[in-house]
Amino acid sequence: MTLKVGILAIQGDVQENVLSLVKAATELKIDAEISQVMTSDEISKLDGVVIPGGESTTIGQLSLVNGSLKTLKEKIDSGMPVLGICAGMIMLSNTANDRIVGTTNQPLLNILDIKLERNSFGRQKDSFESDISLESMSIPKYRGVFIRAPAISEVGDGVEILSKFNEKIVAVKKGNVIGTAFHPELTQDTSVQKYFLNLISSLKN
Amino acid sequence: MLPLSGERPTSNGVVCERIDSSEIVRGSSTLKRGFAHMLKNGVVMDVTTVEQAQIAEEAGAVSVMVLDKLPSEVRKAGGVARTASIRIIEEIMDSVTIPVMAKCRIGHVSEALVLQQTDVDMIDESEVLTPADELRHIWKWDFTTPFVNGARSLGEALRRVEEGAAMIRTKGEPGTGNVAEAITHIKKVNDDLRLIKAIYDSGDNQELVRMAREFKVSYDIVEQTAKIGRLPVVNFAAGGIATPADAAYLMSLGCDGIFVGSGIFNADDAKERARAIVLATTFWNESDKVKEAQKMIDERQSMIGLDVKTLELRMQDRGGSA
Repeated sequence: MTLKVGILAIQGDVQENVLSLVKAATELKIDAEISQVMTSDEISKLDGVVIPGGESTTIGQLSLVNGSLKTLKEKIDSGMPVLGICAGMIMLSNTANDRIVGTTNQPLLNILDIKLERNSFGRQKDSFESDISLESMSIPKYRGVFIRAPAISEVGDGVEILSKFNEKIVAVKKGNVIGTAFHPELTQDTSVQKYFLNLISSLKN
Repeated sequence: MLPLSGERPTSNGVVCERIDSSEIVRGSSTLKRGFAHMLKNGVVMDVTTVEQAQIAEEAGAVSVMVLDKLPSEVRKAGGVARTASIRIIEEIMDSVTIPVMAKCRIGHVSEALVLQQTDVDMIDESEVLTPADELRHIWKWDFTTPFVNGARSLGEALRRVEEGAAMIRTKGEPGTGNVAEAITHIKKVNDDLRLIKAIYDSGDNQELVRMAREFKVSYDIVEQTAKIGRLPVVNFAAGGIATPADAAYLMSLGCDGIFVGSGIFNADDAKERARAIVLATTFWNESDKVKEAQKMIDERQSMIGLDVKTLELRMQDRGGSA
């Protein structure tokens, strides 16, 4: 049975996500069809979706315009696995605060009950790479690439903390929903993508 | 999974430090080029005030570029064009959540250091400003902040990447509202890429060495670029883009995104036009959406364009041979 996995292709580093998921599927020997998706119609046919890194204000506004935001929310609420990366994790949250500007009224999916801060580590010059640990995903050592990354300070009921970096929460999971502040698609290591593909596979069956 | 062709992993801009119990690295090619990848399929808008920056953010821009004057005004004013007022850059950084870029003069290392210290997210070493060094560009590997540079051909683009540019924008002719030069140059870059890819695939190493000499870059970067068949960094289109259809056409030619300079805030319908250009960039492949975007603007309110052939100042030539 083919897994249909889509990358939301409104804005951001879509191609890198396609390549790393294809690589992960090949390594796992999973039959997966990885595609770029933009419309409600395309999203409604998926078994799993990745919301990639990019600018959350842009992704939010444009997915609102073409109706894909609404379909995404319905699909995710009804159990479709989602991996939200950086801007994608911001999209999954219920409120977004910017470190400098304060609360933004950008369109969000309102799925994860988390207290999130945008640009939490500072501006681009403060973007960094560092080793982190994702113990509960059985990934003890992972290279985290943080680019103008958000971070989470508090999580609501049922939201599991997957990883912390110096007291800031940088990866969370709630059932079918995973959010990471770092960019798994920018490294050669496909452990996170493999974990996500396995999650899609287990929830499909 | 980023192409890191031409990378210099031990350059001065790469900073290793310890924060609490963690070793961290800043300024690596993954971080600098990765930042540019996050802007893909987006529009970067030139702005001169906080108000314009907020309009840009609300319209869905992925970033703003702060200038003292829009390129068309630079053209009119003449004289020497320098980096924007730091006070205005800081005010804009404090009022929008999207990344903020600023321009420095070609080869002006200290202007760039000032911008890095100001904490802008990306520095544009730009031909719109008056070049400070006619012979050499900034050695961008010395910086932790990523750079974007203009280019009119593959050779020029690869020379900039070898100097450490994390992103390229194919040059048009800035401040003209005339997209012709931008189109010419992206097609030229695409032609050159197809050529070296074909040479690489044929296994003709001698010819690839000859191309490297023609481009005035190392053989390694030509080989690595030929192998992947595209620039190793993100490539946006820039210069003379004034309408949604301009943006959509450049996206269809394979650009990763769009810089709009004078085209938005020189028009009388800036707010609608900003939004319309974002929509056309995102949905460039859907002609009904591009039409809807084009309908949002009024051609009578577009900036008056300039014929590139009659220009006294050709900004695109600046720094091009270096």
